[in-house]
Amino acid sequence: MSAIRIYVPCDASALAVGADETAAAIVAEAAFRGVDARVIRNGTRGMLWLEPLVEVETAAGRIAYGPVQAEDVAALFDADLVHGGAHELNQGLTEEIPYFKRQQRLSFARVGVIDPLDLDDYVAHDGYRGLDNALLLEPGAIVMAVSESGLRGRGGAAFPTGIKWKTVLDAHGASAVHDTPSEQKYIVCNADEGDSGTFSDRMLMEGDPYTLIEGMTIAGLAVGATRGYIYLRCEYPHAHRALNAAIATATARGYLGGDIRGSGKRFDLEVRLGAGAYICGEETALLESIEGKRGQIRFKPPLPAIKGLFGQPTVINNVITFASVPVIFERGAAYYKNFGMGRSRGTLPMQLAGNIKQGGLVEIAFGMSLRELLYDYGGGTISGRPIRAVQVGGPLGAYMPESTFDTPLDYEAFAAVKGMLGHGGIVVFDDTVDMAAQARYAMEFCAIESCGKCTPCRIGSTRGVEVIDRLCSGLDSPKQEALLRDLCETMTFGSLCALGGLTPYPVLSALDYFPEDFRKVPQPLQAAG
Amino acid sequence: MKARRIIPIQPEPGSALPPDERAAVRAAIAANKQRAGALLPVLHGVQDALGYVPKDAVALVAYELNLSRAEVHGVVTFYHYFREHKPGRHVVQLCRAEACQAVGAVALEAHAKRSLGVDFHGTTADGAVTLEPVYCLGNCALGPSVMVGEKLQGRVTPQRFDKLLAQARATA
Repeated sequence: MSAIRIYVPCDASALAVGADETAAAIVAEAAFRGVDARVIRNGTRGMLWLEPLVEVETAAGRIAYGPVQAEDVAALFDADLVHGGAHELNQGLTEEIPYFKRQQRLSFARVGVIDPLDLDDYVAHDGYRGLDNALLLEPGAIVMAVSESGLRGRGGAAFPTGIKWKTVLDAHGASAVHDTPSEQKYIVCNADEGDSGTFSDRMLMEGDPYTLIEGMTIAGLAVGATRGYIYLRCEYPHAHRALNAAIATATARGYLGGDIRGSGKRFDLEVRLGAGAYICGEETALLESIEGKRGQIRFKPPLPAIKGLFGQPTVINNVITFASVPVIFERGAAYYKNFGMGRSRGTLPMQLAGNIKQGGLVEIAFGMSLRELLYDYGGGTISGRPIRAVQVGGPLGAYMPESTFDTPLDYEAFAAVKGMLGHGGIVVFDDTVDMAAQARYAMEFCAIESCGKCTPCRIGSTRGVEVIDRLCSGLDSPKQEALLRDLCETMTFGSLCALGGLTPYPVLSALDYFPEDFRKVPQPLQAAG
Repeated sequence: MKARRIIPIQPEPGSALPPDERAAVRAAIAANKQRAGALLPVLHGVQDALGYVPKDAVALVAYELNLSRAEVHGVVTFYHYFREHKPGRHVVQLCRAEACQAVGAVALEAHAKRSLGVDFHGTTADGAVTLEPVYCLGNCALGPSVMVGEKLQGRVTPQRFDKLLAQARATA
């Protein structure tokens, strides 16, 4: 009889709550009891409140136990864990858990299922079929298929991916940079996932790195780029190790390098680490950073698609955008386009974070309401108190009150209520939150992370902190509020990039929806000394 | 008689570094020099080896990469991750971002500063721990999050923080 397969995630979030200790305890307990078990370290299924989520393969399917701490392991073996025995931690078949079952996993189809670094496991789960299909197409046809799928950039700005790729395909590289041959084009992956409340890029890179590699390789074929970079934030050491190992294996097995799958086409891939600068998630700052410079943003135009990395035509997309590409070529553009609503096609991995009972990743077609996501999936707050505000789309996203929870998850619908979907992160706050403090933090964060290139962002953010402090002290409030709104307008229209331009979103939404938090009882001035 | 002009002798770049540190910087340069846009990989190599980027390494890195010292200094100081002073034996990164704020990161921050007796970027008097702020560790569903060395920890309460720190101090 073959060994019983037991899955324990190696995702950073699972490790943060003790997955390594749990895995070690299972190995030790199995050896102690003479059970022939093989522990496989998979990615996470995305039900993070159940982590460490241990799965056992049975004839009926994979049965989940969670959250399993090392000290629970002996009791689980007593309860016949290896055959899916009953126990209070038994969650039943993993894929029947409602949270998981109701999702539409396209980009994340393999995450949590396979051993992330096992290329054979990847191929056995339909991996690299998209690349094989793309290799049969002309570059123009690859770009056309991406256009037809309706895929829009998943990093936040939602720019149509097909148009971006077409621009790079048609661009002619210059030979302005020494030892860069003319016509050198680049594929750059923005893996600088700095938004608080987002972790889908990390989950994918740790749980299924070959999907990203495959998507970037297809992009390379589409535009004629032979070199790619993944710009990864240094706060993600686990993803760094996973990507480097996957790239080495893919190169050794002929999926990367000078002769991809025997086609004679070249694509080389390299990971570059950031160094703790939020602004490097902005595409032009990211390119500067890869070039070895300060992460200061560039003026646009020229667009990176025309003059990008080292002055050459460059496709720059987010991790999830690239990870959405293989399925388009595996199942067809029409299949992908079938999901979603309006101009938002396909699926978006939403991330439930902050004060939420059932936090994790939910990949679903566009169109579901925020309320459904927060309550049906998320189960409300972990503190048990009512949800007062949610911040959607990272630190630059608006704070949304209960009255907006029926907004469907759709780029245009969110824009209509002055919000943004961004990278799909949702941070939940209960009724203990002080919204004036959150508004102040938004300005403070902008001041810390500003690249310093433009004045509204560099100076405005610091002045913003000061004016919010004065507003909250109750001195001359109407005047301070007018000043804050004026400052926000200057930042919105005067900043060069989204950092300064969008910081007013969280600030003004807090002020508009939760004005009571800013109008505390005026404090009399304390006499000095 | 004509006054004698004194021509200052330029010291060899990096000669101010202790020999072991100079060797580490040279190794980081050698390993990455051929890469396009080598500066960040080189600085990462230096910080991985030494825990920081010594001020005296700037001239050597600049010389070897054919950059000005100003350019290298500008990059070192731009990025929050690179530090110019030797850290404690353990670097503790505490997440300050919104998702962690929603589950008590502000209180945890106050507790951490009080119990360690340092502010952010500070090192405890015994040289054991350096406390750094970080803006998101990607563990947003299981916050508050803390990274001790390269080990990520979730659901960190003040009590758990003290326990983790005691464990870390005991290991080295």
